[in-house]
Amino acid sequence: MIKKIKISDIIIKFMFLLFSLAFILPIMTVFGISLTTESEIIEKGYHMIPAHIDFTAYRYVFKNPQTIINAYKVTIFYSFFGTFLSVIVMALMAYPLSRKGYKYRKPIMFYVFFTMLFSGGLIPTYILNTQYLQLGNTIWIYIFPSLASAWYIIIIRTFFQGLPPELAESAKIDGCNEWRTFFQIIMPLSKPVLATVSFLVLLGKWNDWQTSLIYIRKSELYSLQYLLQKLMDEAALIKNIMQIAPNIGDSASANVPAESTRFAMCIVATGPMLVIFPFFQKYFSKGLTVGAVKG
Amino acid sequence: MEIAKVANKKQKRKHKFLNFELTTLTLPGIIYFFIFCYLPMFGAIIAFKKYNYANGILGSKWVGLKNFKFFFSSQDAWRLTRNTVGYNFVFIILGIICAVIVALFLYEICERGWIKFFQTSMILPTFLSWVIVGYISYIVLNPNLGILNQFLRFFRFSGRDWYSDTNCWPVILTVTNIWKNVGIDSIVYYAALMGISSELYEAAEIDGANKVQQVLNISIPHLIPIITILGILKVGNIFRGDFGLFYQIPRDIGSLYNVTDVIDTYLFRGLRNGDLGITSAVGLFQSFVGLILVVATNLIVKKISPENTLF
Repeated sequence: MIKKIKISDIIIKFMFLLFSLAFILPIMTVFGISLTTESEIIEKGYHMIPAHIDFTAYRYVFKNPQTIINAYKVTIFYSFFGTFLSVIVMALMAYPLSRKGYKYRKPIMFYVFFTMLFSGGLIPTYILNTQYLQLGNTIWIYIFPSLASAWYIIIIRTFFQGLPPELAESAKIDGCNEWRTFFQIIMPLSKPVLATVSFLVLLGKWNDWQTSLIYIRKSELYSLQYLLQKLMDEAALIKNIMQIAPNIGDSASANVPAESTRFAMCIVATGPMLVIFPFFQKYFSKGLTVGAVKG
Repeated sequence: MEIAKVANKKQKRKHKFLNFELTTLTLPGIIYFFIFCYLPMFGAIIAFKKYNYANGILGSKWVGLKNFKFFFSSQDAWRLTRNTVGYNFVFIILGIICAVIVALFLYEICERGWIKFFQTSMILPTFLSWVIVGYISYIVLNPNLGILNQFLRFFRFSGRDWYSDTNCWPVILTVTNIWKNVGIDSIVYYAALMGISSELYEAAEIDGANKVQQVLNISIPHLIPIITILGILKVGNIFRGDFGLFYQIPRDIGSLYNVTDVIDTYLFRGLRNGDLGITSAVGLFQSFVGLILVVATNLIVKKISPENTLF
């Protein structure tokens, strides 16, 4: 009996190991290709393990890093600042909606919830943002149109509802107004849900490429992901970026290793986050289970 | 008497003040939703107009249902609806089956270290943007350098030009979608399995039930409620294609549109080409059907299990 269980256990683990490879290997392959010489790629095709490791592609990336640094700056700014604003606005709105005694709770809840059911669609939004609000080709397009989401407000509200109502009452007796109660009592107690929502918002913003695709024409405002997409679509772009530098040194700048440089860019652009994000996995699973609670 | 009245009045005023103060907290959000969600809803009237940049939304000429007529009499209408609904339908069914199977097997592993390792690796694609997934699919599918063709050639088959072969795209898109979502979806089911009392399994074991019987009679019945809810919620969104998947993986190649074009990619192309009238008509059609589907599915959930309704 005991032996039988062990065998099935080993089989399951082996299956999962194979299965996990389907997720790990593709990412390793991107890394491998970035370390392969251009001639080897063209000769043998994409391989995970290069015949000999070669850093030429990275040398090219770091020789003229202006474009990628710029995209990093833009992405970091709108991701972190945008997430910060977003979470504050959403929490501020969720708090009154969690208070039973609040008179306008129901109408405001409906006002928020309806945005989940119906939307104007891409075209009216585009016209509003570009023609009326003049947000096109500015950094604010990354922040304001996606400031709040009904779903996250519901998640935060559900958490606030679980806090004892006596907290707010006693604060009021001590002379706190609602703003102060919110910032000094409710916020510090809500770190778990705020961390979860912040993380989800941040991930969404970090991986955003659609906003640039639709609204941004100025290359200095490209987000990191959009820059990567451009590199993929336009093979010539990578050569342009690498040749801007006047003193690139070797005369070989005409044959930039386009293939491997592209993947080196990919690693430079996503590597740091790919290392950091899995550590926040627990917030991720938490967000999912919180989301399962009825709004 | 008099004193009580005064006190009551004071309380009321205080209450009014409290409501006012709480409303000030919601103001930033209210303004946001008004500008960025409700204004575009009013702006959707351009679906009934011939939009002209110079005249703006209000100043453009009304054309009635012309935009809708044009769209529904074109071949696009059927193709887009078929692709969007068809793909989503397959994604929902296969997605649930795969995620449940993964969760069931994961539940059989006892060591926390292994579970953590498997979950983390399966969740990796969730952290990747569709652009990076696009890179990965390109590595696999590239006709000259791609891994899939190297593999085929290794076994003496001839490689194929995947980016011009419409037959294989339904499979490619389905596999990619499941690859990206199976890890994160399985976590929900795994959490549900963890909630089952272990006494049930112990009792079943004493009664002589084997593993398969335990899964069929304990695990699956416990998962049915959450499967139903998540499935029905997804059906509510069946009219929305995942723009990232359908734009980044087929790389916007025109000859593949017949099998890869969904409403969302069509909307984007319409915007880029400047066909604002027809495109906004399609967008409004999508939103409207979406609204009906969500409300309808919610009614169904209300019948099956009222505690799981969305509203």
